[in-house]
Amino acid sequence: MPSRSRMELVGLQQLVLEGRLTFNDSAKLWKDLEKRLKTVKRGHAIMFEMSGLESVDGGTMALLVHLRNELKLRGVNAEFVGAKGVVQEIIHLYHGDEKPIRPKRRRPERLLEQVGRATVDFLNGVKAVLAFFGDMIVACAGILRSPRSMNWREVPHVMEKNGADAVPIVALINFLIGFVMGFQGAVQLKQFGANIFVADLVGLSITRELGPLMTAIIVCGRSGARYAAELGTMRVSEEVDALRTMGFGPMRYLVMPRTIGLMLVLPALTLLGDLMGIIGGLVVGIVSLDLTLEGYINETLKVVKVWDVYSGLLKSVVFALAIALISCQQGFAATGGAEGVGRRTTSSVVAILFTLIMIDAGFTVFFHAFGL
Amino acid sequence: MDESLIHVEGLSMGWGSNVLLENASFDVERGDIFAILGGSGCGKSTLLRYLVGLDAPMAGTIEIEGIGAPTLDVGRPPFGVMFQSGALLGSMTVGENIALALEEWTDLPPDAIHAIVLAKLSLVGLVGAEEKFPSELSGGMKKRAAIARAMALEPELIFLDEPSAGLDPVSAVELDELILSLNKAFQLTVVLVTHELPSIFKIVSRCIMLDKETKSIIARGDPRELQTSDEPRVHRFFNREPKEKE
Repeated sequence: MPSRSRMELVGLQQLVLEGRLTFNDSAKLWKDLEKRLKTVKRGHAIMFEMSGLESVDGGTMALLVHLRNELKLRGVNAEFVGAKGVVQEIIHLYHGDEKPIRPKRRRPERLLEQVGRATVDFLNGVKAVLAFFGDMIVACAGILRSPRSMNWREVPHVMEKNGADAVPIVALINFLIGFVMGFQGAVQLKQFGANIFVADLVGLSITRELGPLMTAIIVCGRSGARYAAELGTMRVSEEVDALRTMGFGPMRYLVMPRTIGLMLVLPALTLLGDLMGIIGGLVVGIVSLDLTLEGYINETLKVVKVWDVYSGLLKSVVFALAIALISCQQGFAATGGAEGVGRRTTSSVVAILFTLIMIDAGFTVFFHAFGL
Repeated sequence: MDESLIHVEGLSMGWGSNVLLENASFDVERGDIFAILGGSGCGKSTLLRYLVGLDAPMAGTIEIEGIGAPTLDVGRPPFGVMFQSGALLGSMTVGENIALALEEWTDLPPDAIHAIVLAKLSLVGLVGAEEKFPSELSGGMKKRAAIARAMALEPELIFLDEPSAGLDPVSAVELDELILSLNKAFQLTVVLVTHELPSIFKIVSRCIMLDKETKSIIARGDPRELQTSDEPRVHRFFNREPKEKE
C-alpha cells in the first residue's frame, strides 16, 4: 500500500516530512512553509525530520535545500535529520549537507554606467567598421595586383540576386513615391494655377534625392539583411574559418564579390527608380491636373539636367559601398548562435539606414556648397 | 521483476526509399541506462528522434508506458531530452532555459522556480552560470546545462544524444558519474545514444546495436557481455578492432 505523504510544521521547531514527496507537492509546500518559516528568529533551531521519508524527487529536494540554506544564512540552526538510504543520497546530490554560501547580489547598472557602456560600444562599433574598411582597401589593392585572386564567378550571381530580383519592388516603390509626391504637390500647386510645376517637383526630387535614397533603402532591407544573415550564419557555423583554412581569404572570396556586385547594380536600380518615380508623377499630372503627356515630359526634360541624374547615381555607388561594408562587417562580427546572427542582422539594417541618411545629408551639403 | 517502460514493435524508419532500420523490436526496462549503439550513419540519433516523437515511424509502433505513442506539442512533456549540441535557446540565459518549462507547466512562484534552477545547475556542476548565455559556455558546459533543462520537470525518463561526445576525459567521466547518480537516486530511466566505449562499459546496463548494412538490430544485452560476442561486427565494435581487409 502506498505511504501517505505528509509535510507538517510542528511548533516552528520541527518540519516533519513523511512518505513519498513528489514535485506536485512543491508549490503547496513552498508557499505555506516559506510564509511560516519567515517568523523563525535567529538563534532558534528547526529540524527537517526525515526518518519517515521514503522518497523525494529532485524538485522538492531543491526547494527543501533552498529553505534550509535560507534559514541557516539567517542564523537559524536548520538541518536535515533522520534521512536514510536513497533520501540521504539525494540530499548529498543537491548539496543539502554542505554549508550554504551567501549568494552574491549583482548591483544593477546605474544610468551613467549604461550611457558610458553604450558610448563605448558605439565607438567600438565605428572602429570595427573602419578597420573592416581598411581591410577592404588592402584586399582591393591585392586584387589589383592579382585580379585572379578574387572570386569573380560570384559577381554575376550577386548581381542577379541583388539587382535583377529587386527590380519589381524597386519599380513599384519608386512609382508610388512619385505618385504620392505628385498628389501632395498637386494639391498645393493647383491653388496657384501652377500645375505644370508638378513635373519640376517630382523630376528634381526623384533624381537628386528620393530615387537614390529609396532604392538604397530597399536594397538595404533586401541585400544588407541578406549579407549580414548569410555571413553571420557562415561565421557561427565555422564555414568562414573552414574557407580560411583552405586558403580562401574571406575578404576576397566573400566580401569583395558582394561589394562589387552591389556597386554595379545599385546605380542601375537607381536609374530604374528615377524613371518609375517620374512615371508616378506623370500619372498624377495627367489624371489629376489635366496635363498632357507631351507637356509633362517636356517640362521634366527642361528642368532635370544630366548632372541631376549623375549626382543621384554617384550617391548610389557610395550607398552600395556603405551597404556592403556595414552588412558584411556585421555578419563577420556575429557570435553565438541564431540569436547572435539575428542581433547582427538587425543592427546592420539600423546602422545602414542611419549611414545612408548621413551620407545623403553630406552629399546635399557638399553639392550645395559647390553649387552643383 | 523488471517492467518495460518503452516497448518498440516492428519499427521501420527512414524517409522515402532511404530505409535506415526495418522491423526492429526492443524494450527499455524501467530504471535502465539503455544505450543505442552502432557505427556512424546507422541511424542512432534518428531512432532517438522517433522515440521522442519528433518523427513518425514508417511502420511499427512505439509505446511508452502511461503515455502510449510519444506525441509532442500536446501538453506537459512526459520525458526530458538532451540534444547532441545542447540546443539551448540562444536568446535566453542558462537559468531562463531551465526555468522555461517550470514556468509553463507548474504553478510554482518565481522565487521557487529560481531556487530549483539554482539547485539543478548545482546538480550538474554549473554553479554561477545561471546568468550566462549559451554562447558563453563551452561544449561540455552546454551539455550539462542541457541535462539540467531536461531534468527540470523531474521526468522519469530522459533521452540523451551523445552526452559525452567531444568532451575531455575528465568532463566525460564526470558526466557519466552524474548520469549514474541520477539513475540511482531517482530511479531515472536513461536512453542514450553514444559510441564512447568507456562510457558504455561504465554506465550502460543494457543496449542494442544497430547495423547500417542489414538495417537491423544485430546485438542486444549487457555491453560487458557483448564484448565477447562471436558476431564479428559486434566484436569489432566493442573491442575497437578494424575491419579486416579482403
